[in-house]
Amino acid sequence: MVTADEVWAALAEIPDPEIPVISLVDLGVIQDVEVEGSRVRIDFTPTFMGCPALEPMRRAMETRVEKLGAKADIRVVLDDSWSTDRITPEGREKLRLAGFAPPAPRPAGKLELVQIQNGVHRCPYCGSTDTKLENLFGPTPCRSIRYCNACRQPFEQFKTI
Amino acid sequence: MSRRSDLLLSIADDELILGWRNSEWTGIAPFLEEDVAFSSIAQNEIGHARALYELAAAELGTTADELAFDRRPDEYRCAPLVQLRRLEWARTIARHWLYETADEIRLAALKNSDDPEIAGIAAKMDREEAYHRMHAEMWVDRLLSSEDGRSRLSEAVDELWPYALGVLDDELRPELRRRAEERLGRKLPDVEPVSRGVNEAELVQLWEEMTIVRRSAPKGAQW
Repeated sequence: MVTADEVWAALAEIPDPEIPVISLVDLGVIQDVEVEGSRVRIDFTPTFMGCPALEPMRRAMETRVEKLGAKADIRVVLDDSWSTDRITPEGREKLRLAGFAPPAPRPAGKLELVQIQNGVHRCPYCGSTDTKLENLFGPTPCRSIRYCNACRQPFEQFKTI
Repeated sequence: MSRRSDLLLSIADDELILGWRNSEWTGIAPFLEEDVAFSSIAQNEIGHARALYELAAAELGTTADELAFDRRPDEYRCAPLVQLRRLEWARTIARHWLYETADEIRLAALKNSDDPEIAGIAAKMDREEAYHRMHAEMWVDRLLSSEDGRSRLSEAVDELWPYALGVLDDELRPELRRRAEERLGRKLPDVEPVSRGVNEAELVQLWEEMTIVRRSAPKGAQW
C-alpha cells in the first residue's frame, strides 16, 4: 500500500507547467495528503485563479498517483490559504537561478503599490537591488516586470499575493 | 433559483463581461505595458468568473461553460457598467477604477459571509484584485496630475457614475460614493443608478462574438 510520504515524493517530481524549474511541492500548492487504502486525497490550492496551468497540474497529479497504484481524489481548496509565502526556500532558490526574482514576503498589513515600487527587489541575474518596476503585470498572472539599472536587464518578478 | 446562485451569477457575469471588455485592448492599447496589463487583468477576471460559475454550477446541476456561454443575452445578470463598450482611454480608466472600487467594497462584504465557500472565494479573489486596484489608482494619479487628464477623467467619471452605483446593492452605494468623492476631491451628482436587470444593446453584440465558437460547435471544439 502506498504511503503519504511516497505520494509527497511523487508530487515533488511534478514540475509547474509554466515554470518547470519548480515543483508543485516547492510552489506550496499541496496542502495535505491523506491515504485511505488505495485512495489518496490531495488538498490542492490553486495559485492564481485564471492560471491555465491548473488543469495540467491536476491531471499530472492524477497520473502520478495512478503510477503508485492508487487513485487520486483531488480536493480544490478555494480560499486565501495559498499565498506566495508558501513557496519553499528551495523553490525560491530554483526560481532565482532560472531568472525569476522570487516573491517578496507578504506585508503584515495591506499590500501597497509603494512597497512594490520601492521595496528591495533584487535582480536575479546580477544581484543588484537597483531595480525599478516596469509593469505590475507580466506575461502570466503570477509575474510583474522589473528592470535592473545595474546590468540593464529586464527581469520577471514573481508577484507577492 | 436560490439567492446564493443569483448572487454568484451576478458577480461571475460582471467578471466575465468586464474581462471580455478588458481583453478588447489586447493588441491595440496605447502602449505595450497597458496592452499587457489589460490582457492580464482580463485573464484574472475570467479566472474569477470561472470559479464563481463552478460554485453556482454545482448547485444548479450544470457546468461553468454552460453558464458562461449557453444562456441567452437577457439571462445575464451583469451590471450595465461592464457591458458598455468604450474603447477610449479615459473611459476605460474611469470604468476600471470605478469597478475596482465597487468590487473592493463588495468583496469586503462577501469575505464576512456565513457561507464558507463564498467567503473563501472572495478572500482569494481579493488577493488578485489588489493588483487591479493598484493599477487603477496609479492611473487615476497620473490623470489627476495634469489639467487635460483631470478634465478627461472627470468627464468620463460623470458619464459612468450612474452605472458604477448600479454595480452594488443599495446598502453598499453610500460607501462607493464616499470613497469616490474623497479620491476625486469633489461631489458626484445625485443620480438614479443604472442597476442590473435591464441589459444594454452592446451586451448582445458582445454575446454574439463571445459565443460564436460555442454555437458553431455545440458538441465542443477541440483545440
